[in-house]
Amino acid sequence: MPAPNKHTLSVVVENKFGVLARIATIIAGRGFNIDSLAVGETEDPTTSRMTIVFQGDERTIDQVKKQLNRLVDVITVQDLTKGEFIDRELMLVRVAVTAKSRAEVMDIAQSLKAKVDDVGTRSLVLQIVGDTAKIRSALELLKPYGIQEIVRTGRIAMAREVQPENTKTKATSGV
Amino acid sequence: MAKMKGAQILTECLKREGVDVLFGYPGGANLPIYDALYDSPIKHVLVRHEQGAAHMADGYARATGKVGVCLATSGPGATNLVTGIATAFMDSIPMVVITGQVRTYLIGNDAFQEADVCGITRPITKHNFLVKDAAQLARTIREAFYIAGTGKPGPVLVDIPVDVSQAEVDFVWPEKVELRGYKPHRFYDGHPIQVDKALALILGAKRPVIYVGGGAVMSNATAEVREFAKLTGAPVTTTCMALGIYPESDPQSLRMLGMHGAASTNYAVQYCDLLINVGARFDDRVTGTVATFSPKSKKIHIDIDPASINKSIMVDVPIIGDVKRVLAVLNTALKAEKKRPDLSDWWDQIHEWQKKHPLTYQPSKPGGKLKPQYVLEVLSELTKGKCLMTTDVGQHQMWACQFYRWNQPRTYITSGGLGTMGYGLPAAIGAQFGRPDERVICLSGDGSFVMNIQELATAVDHKLPIKTIILNNGNLGMVRQWQEMFYKRRFSHSGIRPPDFAMVAQGFGARGVRITKPEEVRPTLEKILKDDDCWVVDAICDEDEKVFPIIPPGKAIDEMIMDMA
Repeated sequence: MPAPNKHTLSVVVENKFGVLARIATIIAGRGFNIDSLAVGETEDPTTSRMTIVFQGDERTIDQVKKQLNRLVDVITVQDLTKGEFIDRELMLVRVAVTAKSRAEVMDIAQSLKAKVDDVGTRSLVLQIVGDTAKIRSALELLKPYGIQEIVRTGRIAMAREVQPENTKTKATSGV
Repeated sequence: MAKMKGAQILTECLKREGVDVLFGYPGGANLPIYDALYDSPIKHVLVRHEQGAAHMADGYARATGKVGVCLATSGPGATNLVTGIATAFMDSIPMVVITGQVRTYLIGNDAFQEADVCGITRPITKHNFLVKDAAQLARTIREAFYIAGTGKPGPVLVDIPVDVSQAEVDFVWPEKVELRGYKPHRFYDGHPIQVDKALALILGAKRPVIYVGGGAVMSNATAEVREFAKLTGAPVTTTCMALGIYPESDPQSLRMLGMHGAASTNYAVQYCDLLINVGARFDDRVTGTVATFSPKSKKIHIDIDPASINKSIMVDVPIIGDVKRVLAVLNTALKAEKKRPDLSDWWDQIHEWQKKHPLTYQPSKPGGKLKPQYVLEVLSELTKGKCLMTTDVGQHQMWACQFYRWNQPRTYITSGGLGTMGYGLPAAIGAQFGRPDERVICLSGDGSFVMNIQELATAVDHKLPIKTIILNNGNLGMVRQWQEMFYKRRFSHSGIRPPDFAMVAQGFGARGVRITKPEEVRPTLEKILKDDDCWVVDAICDEDEKVFPIIPPGKAIDEMIMDMA
């Protein structure tokens, strides 16, 4: 689970051009900061889901949700942080290796259940999938060897089956 | 089914949406639309600058409550609309803006007169569309009008490439509009639990104040507001967006609140125990410093926009809904309830404040300079508070709020949120087209008026009997006032040498007159109000006159400066 002041919003939007720009405009124009943003088509190809991770106090988050809801192309806004949810992120990380350290890094990769996606003479590329805590601990473990490059997908998230009643959707937000 | 060109579909859709007039300017990318307009019964008003078209559509919308429509070409035509769109957006004015765009295959190519208009206007429209397929045009226009005019209204832009206006497709008029991400009707009635909570607060309050904003005007809730006031017996103050929704001639009226509101009104707001916000948004010009705003009151907030709730001021009972309908429910409940709290102590207190701090000014001494406030007093008297006035922005705008008596809604038309200089004259033209039988007055300043002075040509072209009154103090008066009060009298670039406005007016084919003495005011206004000519009255006023009271920046609303003495 993320820190208490982090909020994971799951936003279903019309799958139309310009929607990402609208979301970005609202976020930037209202001075909100986002940690990560991941976008992809849903089971319904006419909609996309955006998973947006925000940091901010309750009031800021409230405004973010309401401002997003104002957009005509936004269909629902769900604050997953209000209930139980699963979140995952994929990270590619290029770690420097020497002949001596290679085996150690491979060991760490194995213990993290990371895939080794590229093997070079001076570096390895690891693919790590996990929640925030796992990604963070992987980075801690790999740091001493020399991290050369990181690419992260941003977090995606899904609510667990039993949703608490206070999970808000567009129909009831702000009442 | 007969095939129609995109441009013809557009004009047909406008007709079916009930558009009777549109304001625009032709250019390369909207030529097919102008060609279709040649055969259309819709009246077109040719402006002299696209900004004028946007303000006219806005003025028309405010005067009538209908959706205003303007039209411009791509690139510079569209970018010239931007200030007008932002003005409408800030004040939630329903408007449909149509722009030509370069051909679809040229978009993104830096083509001649190309601008990413959807990108530019994204933060200042309620929604916008780029139509890439003529088959989608009718639906898009229908959606644009629906979005603009429902919920919290606002401007919607439709960008139409040349090839889309030229393409021939089947015309299908969509009977219904359904948008899964936009369902404003869900909120219209207000939640019954919230309404009950509000009722309990109203029945328990000993020092209530009703604070009415532009949302009540949008919602056409005049009758409901007036009934609510009578049923509660509470004092009513309005923002400048809602002037006249409650008659200022009525003893329950506290007139305008905020930065330049009456001192007694701001005291009442600051020391009330219940503040009932009816379609206003706790704008910073009303609250002063947020932290010290009306600290002892419970707050009810009726607003159609959930995002307005708790945006700047935390409230106790939010009611999301349409003002007209929520007040109707509250009024019914109040009628069923016999007992009322005794407000006589509260009224005594308010009357004491009113007696101690009347809204007033120093009249001209014999032979002295003309006072701008006097012009408004005479105007108010001669028009019996019944004219439809548009303004520009600055001191004259605030004096109009203070010294004209507002008794009807949609009669004071001003750029409240964005504060757009140059708004007044084009808005007056739009308002006059919307309400041809009303006496329309554009109140302006010598700084503002030159910003869209070219629209005098439009007014004269259409023989509009608009009367412009310029309170000319040879300065950007409000800037000068702030420099005098808060910048140690360092009058940096606020002096502005105006042209001879009477002569300029004559050059445009209007009539012009300059007045300098208090005794000239009444006969001049009497004369121009009677005839049907387009007039510009250049009233040379005392440059040292200031707008009082004023809440200084960063202060609480009871920390007003009353005068310079």
